[in-house]
Amino acid sequence: MTEQNMRNFSINFGPQHPAAHGVLRLVLELDGEVVERVDPHIGLLHRGTEKLMESRTYLQNVPYFDRLDYCAPMNQEHAFCLAIEKLLGVTVPRRAQLIRVLYSEIGRLLSHMLNVTTQAMDVGALTPPVWGFEEREKLMVFCERASGARMHVNYFRPGGVAKDLPPALIADIGAWLDPFLKLMDDLEALFVENRIFKQRNVDIGVLTAEECWKWGFSGPVLRGSGVAWDLRRSQPYECYEEMEFDIPVGKHGDCYDRQVVRLEEMRQSVRIMRQCVEKLSLAENEGPVLTPDHKITPPRRGQMKQSMESLIHHFKLFTEGFRTPEGEVYAAVEAPKGEFGVYLVSDGTDKPYKCKIRAPGFAHLQGMDLLCRHHMLADVSAILGAQDIVFGEVDR
Amino acid sequence: MTDATQAVDQAAGPAEIFGRLQALSEKIQTGLGAAVVSATIAYDELNVTFDSSKWIESLTYLRDNGFVSFIDLTAVDWPAREQRFDVVVHLLDPAANLRIRVRTAANDTTPLPSAVNVWPAANWFEREAYDMYGVLFSGHPDLRRMLTDYGFDGHPLRKDFPQTGYVEVRYDDARKRVVYDPVKLSQEFRSFDFQSPWEAAKYELPGDEKATKG
Repeated sequence: MTEQNMRNFSINFGPQHPAAHGVLRLVLELDGEVVERVDPHIGLLHRGTEKLMESRTYLQNVPYFDRLDYCAPMNQEHAFCLAIEKLLGVTVPRRAQLIRVLYSEIGRLLSHMLNVTTQAMDVGALTPPVWGFEEREKLMVFCERASGARMHVNYFRPGGVAKDLPPALIADIGAWLDPFLKLMDDLEALFVENRIFKQRNVDIGVLTAEECWKWGFSGPVLRGSGVAWDLRRSQPYECYEEMEFDIPVGKHGDCYDRQVVRLEEMRQSVRIMRQCVEKLSLAENEGPVLTPDHKITPPRRGQMKQSMESLIHHFKLFTEGFRTPEGEVYAAVEAPKGEFGVYLVSDGTDKPYKCKIRAPGFAHLQGMDLLCRHHMLADVSAILGAQDIVFGEVDR
Repeated sequence: MTDATQAVDQAAGPAEIFGRLQALSEKIQTGLGAAVVSATIAYDELNVTFDSSKWIESLTYLRDNGFVSFIDLTAVDWPAREQRFDVVVHLLDPAANLRIRVRTAANDTTPLPSAVNVWPAANWFEREAYDMYGVLFSGHPDLRRMLTDYGFDGHPLRKDFPQTGYVEVRYDDARKRVVYDPVKLSQEFRSFDFQSPWEAAKYELPGDEKATKG
């Protein structure tokens, strides 16, 4: 073949590809086996969440957030509730804060466990997901026992959480922590030092801290590049201020560091959960889990049978909903995947005028071209996996 | 480079945050002068409105003064206004641990200069704003649709776009492909207005016009 008629080769990666972690279509331009250009086509899971939210009341909108990043549903609900609370100026009762932090960390474990183990599967290790999914199953049972649903929990409410946790559940979560740390040791022994895992991840998709900032990356991707930036620490919300935990950071900014950061974050999540469980069992932290302002939160069933005012509150809340003052707020949480933000514009009615969901995965996926250029075709799935993409939140 | 202790906590109480935002607001107003249309602090957040003709200069100034992290870009549709869109950008200064919200006005015909050269992350966010609202960005390298279907018509997040849309897709067995049909609803889309008439809704009752006319 002469030089002139050599040409690059374009292939489609997805939308139905097991390593695409959802419905992603990547148009790859290849020069032999080297990736020259990546053009991600997204939107195959676009459900118009932001449009739908504009015609529903605040309370009706909470379940949409479970369906964004469905690996860590409660963390997104949290951001939405924080935004509403900021508009309303509501403070969340202490016990509800502890429960929120506990379940946010469960969400982080759910998400990291899925991501770290399936990324290992993408690069050839088949056992980790099987071990990880067993623990995820137990965590989802904790979600079910708190809210009634395994994944789409709809548990956080503006002003607190839907229900208090039964004491047996708190004890069971406490008892789950130590065996889980044992499993973490096993998981790490299984693939962190594994030669194949290292060969596939070390020095793949290297990012500098500066690149991370200007591309809008956050979460473990940013921390993998050596920046100790964690919203739980730098802009603390709820009671994260009093929790003791460390922020693991990587050194090289490659896929391997991102995964190791995630593994260490899981251990830190367990630390936070242990503190929450201890605090939740203290008598001083007994109390309501919803703010007692019944203009925002529904009254208890029993009260409704006794008090006319409670009945009116209940009726108003589930027809009209509550109204928020005019204004706009941005609330962000450190979701497992990075900074998950909600930009809420209110025109003073019972429905959001606009709600923009800032998903970390959207910014991360944009970096695919930057990261994959001049890597081998096989590295695409390793890079994609280490960015922790979930299409629910990317496409919204 | 940075260790955990360094990020530990520049968390601050509301009064302190207000003071820091106030200082930042003054700094931006002196630094940019006439480009700043207004600057307000609400809900512990700083909102700065820029003149759309100075959009890129203003953003570049912010980037060079600490706001290295691009968080979000979106548009808000206010159909009653002459410039119907607000293009809203959220930025983060990780060193000072401050956020800022900046905005400028835009309409659906005059393009706004693209911020891609200021932060590369703006690329997809601007594509999304174009897709969802029809805000045009000049100098954008690749202003294609982002989230909607290939060949989609219209801009779904505009307030005048119906929630049910215009077309629905189905698989046509005879033609062996997916076809687009106009939306057929077995029941009219229902939008209940539960708002208290004496608190929020602005109905014009018969006879009201006489009161306002005179």
